[in-house]
Amino acid sequence: MEQILEMVNIVKTFPGVVANNKVSFEVRKREIHALVGENGAGKTTLMNILYGLYKPDGGDIIIAGEKTSIDSPIVAIEKGIGLVAQHFMLIEPLTVAENIILGLETRKNKIFTDMRKANQKVKELSELYGLEVDPTARIMDISVGVQQRVEILKILYREAQILILDEPTAVLTPQETKELYKVLFSLKEMGKSVVFITHKLNEVMDISDRVTVLRGGKAIGTVNTSETDATQLASMMVGREVLMRVKKEGKKLGEAVLELRKVSAVDSRKLPALKNVSLEIRAGEILGIAGVQGNGQTELVEVLTGLRKATSGEVMLKGDSIINKNSRSIRELRVAHIPEDRNKRGLILDYDVADNLILGPHYKPPFTYRGKRNLQNVWQNARNLIAEFDIRTPSYDTKAETLSGGNQQKIVVARELGGDISLLVVSQPTRGLDIGTIEFIHKRILELRDKGVAILLVSAELTEIMSLSDRIAVMYDGNIVGILQDEEAKEEQIGMMMTGISKVDALRGEESD
Amino acid sequence: MNLIERIFDVTIVMVTIRMATPLIIAGIGGMFSERSGVINIALEGKMLFGAFSSVAISYYTGNPWLGAAGAILIGGLIGFLHAVVSIKFNANQVVSGVAINILAIGLTAFLLETFFHVSGTTPTVAKLPVWGGFSPIVYFVAVLVVFSHITLFYTPFGLRLIAAGEHPKALETAGVNVIKIRYLGVIISGCLAGLAGAQLSIGTMSLFVEGMTAGRGFIALAALIFGKWTPLGILGSCLLFGFTDALGMRLAGLGIGLPTQFIQMLPFVVTMIALVSFVGRARPPKAIGMSYQKE
Amino acid sequence: MTNTRKGKCAKYFEVALYPVIATCLALLVGVIIMLVTGHNPVDAYLALFEGAFGSSVAIAETLSRSTPLFLTGLAVAFAFKCGLFNIGVEGQLHVGAMAAAVVGCYLTGLPAIAHIPLTLLAAAVVAGIWAGVPGYLKARFRTHEVINTIMMNHIAIALVSYLVVHVFRAPGVIPRTSTILPSAQLYRFIEFSRLNIGLFMAMIALYLIYYLLWKTNVGYEIRAVGHNDKAAECAGINVKRNIVMAMVISGMLGGLAGAERIMGLHLSFIQGFSPGYGFEGIAVALLGRNHPLGILFSAILFGALANGGFRMSMATAVPTDLATVIQAVVVFFVAAEQLAKLFIKRRKKGRLAE
Repeated sequence: MEQILEMVNIVKTFPGVVANNKVSFEVRKREIHALVGENGAGKTTLMNILYGLYKPDGGDIIIAGEKTSIDSPIVAIEKGIGLVAQHFMLIEPLTVAENIILGLETRKNKIFTDMRKANQKVKELSELYGLEVDPTARIMDISVGVQQRVEILKILYREAQILILDEPTAVLTPQETKELYKVLFSLKEMGKSVVFITHKLNEVMDISDRVTVLRGGKAIGTVNTSETDATQLASMMVGREVLMRVKKEGKKLGEAVLELRKVSAVDSRKLPALKNVSLEIRAGEILGIAGVQGNGQTELVEVLTGLRKATSGEVMLKGDSIINKNSRSIRELRVAHIPEDRNKRGLILDYDVADNLILGPHYKPPFTYRGKRNLQNVWQNARNLIAEFDIRTPSYDTKAETLSGGNQQKIVVARELGGDISLLVVSQPTRGLDIGTIEFIHKRILELRDKGVAILLVSAELTEIMSLSDRIAVMYDGNIVGILQDEEAKEEQIGMMMTGISKVDALRGEESD
Repeated sequence: MNLIERIFDVTIVMVTIRMATPLIIAGIGGMFSERSGVINIALEGKMLFGAFSSVAISYYTGNPWLGAAGAILIGGLIGFLHAVVSIKFNANQVVSGVAINILAIGLTAFLLETFFHVSGTTPTVAKLPVWGGFSPIVYFVAVLVVFSHITLFYTPFGLRLIAAGEHPKALETAGVNVIKIRYLGVIISGCLAGLAGAQLSIGTMSLFVEGMTAGRGFIALAALIFGKWTPLGILGSCLLFGFTDALGMRLAGLGIGLPTQFIQMLPFVVTMIALVSFVGRARPPKAIGMSYQKE
Repeated sequence: MTNTRKGKCAKYFEVALYPVIATCLALLVGVIIMLVTGHNPVDAYLALFEGAFGSSVAIAETLSRSTPLFLTGLAVAFAFKCGLFNIGVEGQLHVGAMAAAVVGCYLTGLPAIAHIPLTLLAAAVVAGIWAGVPGYLKARFRTHEVINTIMMNHIAIALVSYLVVHVFRAPGVIPRTSTILPSAQLYRFIEFSRLNIGLFMAMIALYLIYYLLWKTNVGYEIRAVGHNDKAAECAGINVKRNIVMAMVISGMLGGLAGAERIMGLHLSFIQGFSPGYGFEGIAVALLGRNHPLGILFSAILFGALANGGFRMSMATAVPTDLATVIQAVVVFFVAAEQLAKLFIKRRKKGRLAE
């Protein structure tokens, strides 16, 4: 097959980090090429270089046999490259068609935008590729799945030959993912090439013709998908054998710690996000919440931790009602919270490590006496936690923003797990971290479980949920679709439930297969 | 009955239009900047520069038309300075706006003394002609409103301007140079604010007085917000603010006393109330105030 | 660990370096402007220096001009620390000044020891409430405090203008209130100068704000909200209350600045008494890097420019407004640098992202 793109020895460094270290990568016409690697392996950096968003420090890009320098997306588009980024690049108040033509507008009389022609053209494209959209709908009114179609149409409108999709399935239900696969196959049939970035190996096996593995900024190798399997890819990604499951002691259940009865809440756009959610967590157990992002998990965590008001229902913590209490009084009841986005909610990057390690109990002894801070105690606390949790920092008075992602997350973990707690609410605890830190954090969470803490774990990584949880609740559209025991939980079944199919039906569907 | 007739006559309409004119021009100028993502609290300063430079040019050339053109040019230059600092050097847009306002007060007063060897007020200079009761700039406003409405909502430039203020990175990935769009937005705002200043100094009067904008740049900003960042909205709110001014003057003229200070407060109070009641409905451009930098 | 005295000195030096460079550059721009407009910059700057620091009375007058700037600079900086841009200090200063004029004039029969604190308190409370309004609107409705404080500046100035013209006007050509009672006047302690004990009040405020921000829990929480309100909220800090509180305290400082002008300098509220102390406070805070120690130096610098400017204009015909121009240029340079720093931060974040 004919090779249409080659990247040779690409180097890109950011202050203190080599994101791409002599990476070579090639794409053929009419193929789906998966680019896999852990978070931080350099996948997105490589593709941003290809799309002209980053300037490489070294290496060549060869397109159709010609050495090319791509210094802006304008050039990339000219060369037939299109990118669907992880975070959608859509303008909310504008319509689907307006978003698609932006930058390459249809015109009448050379001056005015020709919206009639634009709508017509979008319609034609959407029929041609089977990507159904309403050209006149506003982005803010359409679902995430449809928004992704708009993104793909945007690059098809620019007549891209090479389509790069960065983690496209993260926001999709398994059903939507299947539809996306169909679209990608038909694009391939029409002679296009697709670069599919992911860190989920089952997707690689499902869809790709070839796969290139990145690890720590280096290209480990490219193999034909038909000649490999998930285990081999996994060890290429990680560099050693991977333990798919963590060793877990048998559980010793205690009393019910947290109880939710028919809790409802709305999201920031005032739309229903939680619909009559009921569940219970007992001491010494981990309840995992599985589900595609944006099905109410965030709101559930926020209601539990006092960051969002519930509209109805009851939340009991060891028999006391905590619904709609503020987050400080909930923390007072020995509830710890590891938030989903450490930079946004977990840390104050401008504060030093010591000040970050007291965030939460900072207002009371031993850190504050009658309004006055006791810095000796703040520093002593920092020294202790830095040693206990092995936080790699030059000093306790180093600003948190200068530390690596893994060490930043360790600050949050140390702070929240360091005290005496009865309930831990933890969300995406290992997102974007290296394997070593992930194992460390998983070990800590299991230790707490064995000590009798009740734990609510929300994660987008199904493997994480499955390896840690004692029970798994699946959320879809603000509802708990069903709760599975650890032993009965199978990935396929959870996947089906994530689309809203009830537990019974999901089990039945499996039997008939 | 009689009283109402004495208040609402043709004159009050004309005064309303006259008072609203500089506000509309500056407000629409501010719109181009804010739609592109650059918050513009520097309208006041840019107007003051326009007011001074048009008088200075009219004084030295004897030609008020050149004065108006000069005001547009100088306004554009100040806009360019504002753009360089806040777009290229990534300065906080509010801080750079404050700097322009302080600079305008200081530099116009400094140059006033240096050029004319007086402080406070310039000598009278040639002013723009009066056509049918209005300065030519008033007629220009009608064109401006229609023109900017069409530009914003029916041209590719308008689409890109909105995109730059909402989601600059999306615009960049669509292959458009965000920096260029923002520069254009801020420079256009400078040109228009400069012209608005010229209307104050050589459109209605024929001289420059220190600090003569007297907060009109901020009223224009208020009108921009009250008008939800659209040309027609700005037109409407400026006419409303202009009318309250005209009404206040008329009432004072008739010896009916609502103190002028309360009339002066009105646009600001109205805008604050509007901002609160907008919650959840109209909103400013999403990326306003945020600098954009390519990696 | 690294927290040695030497390390700290180096850190202070690094922090102070850029403001000093910015000031020098701004003075240089002043030279260019004078050369272009045909003035002699050497003579002008010599006269300016002479006027600002040439005698003990000159120094006292410079400090007198700086006194409100310590407070307005502090007001801007304090709000900044909570992530708020209080452009409304000018308005807060006006309502505070009016409150001081009224209480200083009409509250009779008190000894100075009670009258002075009460008058100051009235100014602080009124201005604090005035600034609390945009704080509340921000906390409750998320409306932008920059816009609201700008709007409230104009409302405040119109309001006090109404009060001085129509309600509290004393006989005379210029609209002004009656002279405040001697028991509310701030003691002037240097002969031939209007410098008064308000200076010490400002120094105490500088120290108290420093202490509040860095040594107390209130300061820890306010700065946490300023750096990252989402994380602060998650840690159980009441973000809304801190926003309102920061604005109120900021406004109180602005009000005190106004009170000092009335009680120590003008002795009555005169329409248009402020040459823009509130706006100058923005420049003072920026140049002083929002730190009380920095504000101490930058307020003296701007006080000296303004005070020395009179001497300069009389001796060399360079208009006093040059001082304002220099101030604006300083703000430009400092703003551009602050954002150069932000850029570095973003680069780091980019690195962490991938």
